[in-house]
Amino acid sequence: MTMPFYVSPEQLMKDRADFARKGIARGRSVVVLVYEGGILFATENPSRALHKISEIYDRIAFAAVGKYNEFENLRVAGVRYADLRGYSYDRTDVTARGLANAYAQTLGTVFTTESKPLEVELVVAEVGATPAADQVYRLSYDGSVADEHGYVVMGGQAEQLGARVGEAWREGMTLPQVLQLAVRTLGSVGTDGALVAEGSEREIAPAGLEVAVLERDRVRRAFRRLQGLVLAGLLEQPSS
Amino acid sequence: MTSAADTSGRLPDAFLRPGSSSFVDFLAEHSPDLLPGRRLASSPAGAGDPLAPHATTIVALTFGADDAEGGRGVVMAGDRRATMGNVIASREMEKVFAADAYSAVGIAGSAGIAVELVRLFQLELEHYEKIEGSLLSLDGKANRLSTMIRQNLPLAMQGLAVVPLFGGYDLDRQAGRIFSYDVTGGRYEEYDHHTVGSGSVFARGALKKLWRPGLDAAEAVAVAVEALYDAADDDSATGGPDTVRQVWPVVVTVTADGVRHAADDELAAVVSEIVAERRTAHVAAHGDRPASRRRAGQEQGGARA
Repeated sequence: MTMPFYVSPEQLMKDRADFARKGIARGRSVVVLVYEGGILFATENPSRALHKISEIYDRIAFAAVGKYNEFENLRVAGVRYADLRGYSYDRTDVTARGLANAYAQTLGTVFTTESKPLEVELVVAEVGATPAADQVYRLSYDGSVADEHGYVVMGGQAEQLGARVGEAWREGMTLPQVLQLAVRTLGSVGTDGALVAEGSEREIAPAGLEVAVLERDRVRRAFRRLQGLVLAGLLEQPSS
Repeated sequence: MTSAADTSGRLPDAFLRPGSSSFVDFLAEHSPDLLPGRRLASSPAGAGDPLAPHATTIVALTFGADDAEGGRGVVMAGDRRATMGNVIASREMEKVFAADAYSAVGIAGSAGIAVELVRLFQLELEHYEKIEGSLLSLDGKANRLSTMIRQNLPLAMQGLAVVPLFGGYDLDRQAGRIFSYDVTGGRYEEYDHHTVGSGSVFARGALKKLWRPGLDAAEAVAVAVEALYDAADDDSATGGPDTVRQVWPVVVTVTADGVRHAADDELAAVVSEIVAERRTAHVAAHGDRPASRRRAGQEQGGARA
């Protein structure tokens, strides 16, 4: 009978974290930006059917990077959670905070108890009545939650891209401005995966983008996908 | 209902299990007590009948010509009265709802259960749409409603029946369609127009005369309101337009552009036109007095109200 080698908890957790981080960094980034009229989500995704960004509830949306089957499972669970809660109480009682907590517990439990952590990173965002009331939560593979203000970049070279967005983002931007900032950010990773200098970003055609917004002024369901002519029109609008 | 309230912990396994896109199926598995039809039938048959408010007449009709571009769809309207025995339980009840962006559902029968059923049906369609990323076909929606009515059968046997009328715009066929149901969940497609509820017989009679092929949307709204007016004229459980409280029927129009609720001003105009027309017809037949032609000092027999 072979005895397993002793592995220190620090080492075990570090190995798992490295494993998850590697999986997440492999994919393309998702950019989430708060603007005057709502919250914008954008990613490079040529597929029309396999979404990384989706609607959870009236004012809540979900964006994810990492392994598709894992975050798809979490997305469906989120929709079930929100719909069940809204049905048993009231539609106004479904909040991004509650959902983020449930996701955090789930991710945290899987990270510590199961043989493989979930290779995903999520954003749960809720659009409020004013930009100050917007909530954007970023959830990591280990269940840690961050309450973000203004912008999030996750997946791919998230750190470098996040720094670039941080320099350009400011409060009260318009939809064309944030959209162009998001596409510029996504384009600053070349096709070979290397970061390019600012000003020489790759052009991404509207058909290769998955873009959605949570619109503040919509009456009930705030989520709307931007595609085709609408998206192309917004990308061409002068931003200044 | 422990799991629904439990928000502190991780998501229950049932949430993460791959499976159906149906919210009703999910509820049946996870919290069956939340389903309207699952409550145990412990009281004798018919016991719930006189206790619960009842909703009454719903009419639906299709409009638009076959050759016309766009402009085709369904109009559905319901009166505002709910009754409990011979008492009016509500004067402002709404019985016609948008089920999703391209369909509407109207309900007759036990009001509380009917409203709960509609809420569940709306959620069922939205849930599917969010999970699948696409809309159900109109037939698919009609079949889902059928399943939900069937699950309510135990309650229907106790006298708490719900009979919906479902109408929507079929995006594939590009036309409005109407479906009726019985308490066992039987689904029947109706053509041109249909009515359900206590005043349905009178409303149907009116629709037979008022409906014609090629109505436009505004005419269809007027026809629906007039059919309800006729139902209210003869059925005590159906409320007519209330000109004192400014309560008008709920009228929705479903077209390729989505569901639209008719505005109050619009309905007020339609109602005043119908009332004026009826009054003109009455005056032409009997002058400015009741049809009985009773004059002062000429009391009839012993009958007095």
